[in-house]
Amino acid sequence: MSDTPPLIDALKTRFGDALLSTAVHCGQYTIEIAADQALDVMRALRDEKSFRFAQLIDLCGVDYLSYGISEWETDAVTDEGFSRGVSGEGPGRFNWEGRPTVGPAAKRFAVVVHLLSMDTNMRLRVRYFAPDDTLPIVPSMTELWSGANWFEREAFDLFGIVFEGHPDLRRLLTDYGFIGHPFRKDFPLIGNVEVRYDPDKGRVVYEPVSIEPRVGVPRVVREDSRYLQAQNELAQKG
Amino acid sequence: MAEIRNYTMNFGPQHPAAHGVLRLVLELDGETIIRADPHVGLLHRGTEKLAESKPYNQSIGYMDRLDYVSMMCNEHAYVRAIERLLGCEPPPRAQVIRTLFDEITRVLNHLMWLGSNALDLGAMTLFLYAFREREELMDCYEAVSGARLHATYYRPGGVYRDLPERMPQYKESPWTKGADLKRRNEWRQGSMLDFLEAFCADFPKRVDEYETLLTDNRIWKQRTVNIGVIAPEMALRWGMTGPMLRGSGVAWDLRKKQPYAAYDKFEFDVPVGVNGDCYDRYLVRVEEMRQSNRIMKQCVDWLRKNPGDVMVRNFKVAPPSRMEMKDDMEALIHHFKLFTEGYSVPAGEVYCAVEAPKGEFGAYLISDGANKPFRVKLRAPGFAHLSAMDEIVRGHMLPDVVAVIGTLDIVFGEIDR
Repeated sequence: MSDTPPLIDALKTRFGDALLSTAVHCGQYTIEIAADQALDVMRALRDEKSFRFAQLIDLCGVDYLSYGISEWETDAVTDEGFSRGVSGEGPGRFNWEGRPTVGPAAKRFAVVVHLLSMDTNMRLRVRYFAPDDTLPIVPSMTELWSGANWFEREAFDLFGIVFEGHPDLRRLLTDYGFIGHPFRKDFPLIGNVEVRYDPDKGRVVYEPVSIEPRVGVPRVVREDSRYLQAQNELAQKG
Repeated sequence: MAEIRNYTMNFGPQHPAAHGVLRLVLELDGETIIRADPHVGLLHRGTEKLAESKPYNQSIGYMDRLDYVSMMCNEHAYVRAIERLLGCEPPPRAQVIRTLFDEITRVLNHLMWLGSNALDLGAMTLFLYAFREREELMDCYEAVSGARLHATYYRPGGVYRDLPERMPQYKESPWTKGADLKRRNEWRQGSMLDFLEAFCADFPKRVDEYETLLTDNRIWKQRTVNIGVIAPEMALRWGMTGPMLRGSGVAWDLRKKQPYAAYDKFEFDVPVGVNGDCYDRYLVRVEEMRQSNRIMKQCVDWLRKNPGDVMVRNFKVAPPSRMEMKDDMEALIHHFKLFTEGYSVPAGEVYCAVEAPKGEFGAYLISDGANKPFRVKLRAPGFAHLSAMDEIVRGHMLPDVVAVIGTLDIVFGEIDR
């Protein structure tokens, strides 16, 4: 008798190799699929009797650049003392000119979809990575759920993920004429341009931002016993 | 013969009925809507990116500023997601306080919606009535958190502090004096729970007043019945939740179906509509206020009988008391670390949703084990609702657009984030 939840079992039986990975964390189910199979898998998840995920609750982009990178060395002491955590590469530490150039990173952009089935009262998280990082393209879900329309426009706007088959892929949240994709990890936190009213020109003008990048609290990954313990406890709970 | 062509019009971003900063580009054939293209993002502040650059606790205040008429419900989703990742469970009293304030928030939100929607459709009085009751409930916000709107009251592990023993009273002023002062302070002689009990006893009568003004009102019905009809199939396809979904007859409420906080302790009913038009959604929301009142009443009774902690005793997540801090070195160190560095959350991802007044408000967190979230995605109900705007208003008349914007119950804080 396996202790995998019935939903994960059913998914494995139905999709087989199309499932790249499955995970249960905090009592929530996550599956990963390949982008080119996403449309078929999602259609099956929506229509087939054993799944019936009629609602797409949320769709968002994720940029996995710099995942797990700490700005503060906490487990080593040198002759001069502890590390100070004053440097790093987080988005709060550079401006538009100084933004890092990112080489091709493996599996950088992902799309995460949260599905909800009201019939079975189940939620499922589906993740698919864009195969190419320089021009991330994934299939659009708009033909399955109309509600995916704006969620995909948002992911396109903020991450530059292109959704193939989307009827109207325009920017949604950022300003008209905005340059760049602000939620990418290599986009500065302080932004790029600021606006003000220029009384001489009699109109609103765009200028480079006048604030300096600053990080108040360094990002630190703690792997000491209490967190490992918490993680173990959580894993036991499922 | 003269050439006939469609007329394109800007509705907003500065329009009293646009509820904030909605720019709606309407293509009209006479007065009939051919196409509606909402332009949003004028209030985009990058909340999620800001949250990714700060320790977990410092972003709770941003949640209030999302849907700024249902503040604590937003906090609830975010805080619950952190707790789920940390594996910490708030004490029962904190859970009931959260339930109580979620319902106060629901009433606040629905009153705001009712007042402003009625105002959009030509009923002035209701706005004043609704704000009269909102004022009382906002005082409860202020009494527990010190702020009328942006409370930052929910914290991972519980709530910031217990309910106050004394309800603040009005002071004498040139505008409030004599008999008027006495009447306004009548409920405020005791604790906050006494105040809420008096409020709950009185509130159904107030809702009757609103209904007297609107429910059978001929003009109100002309403006709302059969306007903006949403079929259940369409509501599901667009990811609609909350009253928008229930107005179409789908009995789905997270408080019942996936209970959180202390909702499984209390009795309430979930109203659903039949036709899925603006009028049904109005009825659903009004009934929800009555049900919220019912839950609030039960919460007050429970809280009277069950004193206890409102925050977990875990200094990794929640600060020690001032007294303890001055007495104990460990507590002082914990306090310092908590407020400078915050706490690291075990790596993983979680999506937590609450039934916010507008629908399902969810927080999706990805943690890589750091003291700041790696990715925060806030799922705002209004975002999904507004995206369906084009399909809902197509073929309606221009004045109906106002009714539909009203019925969507949109707030740009959460849509633009």
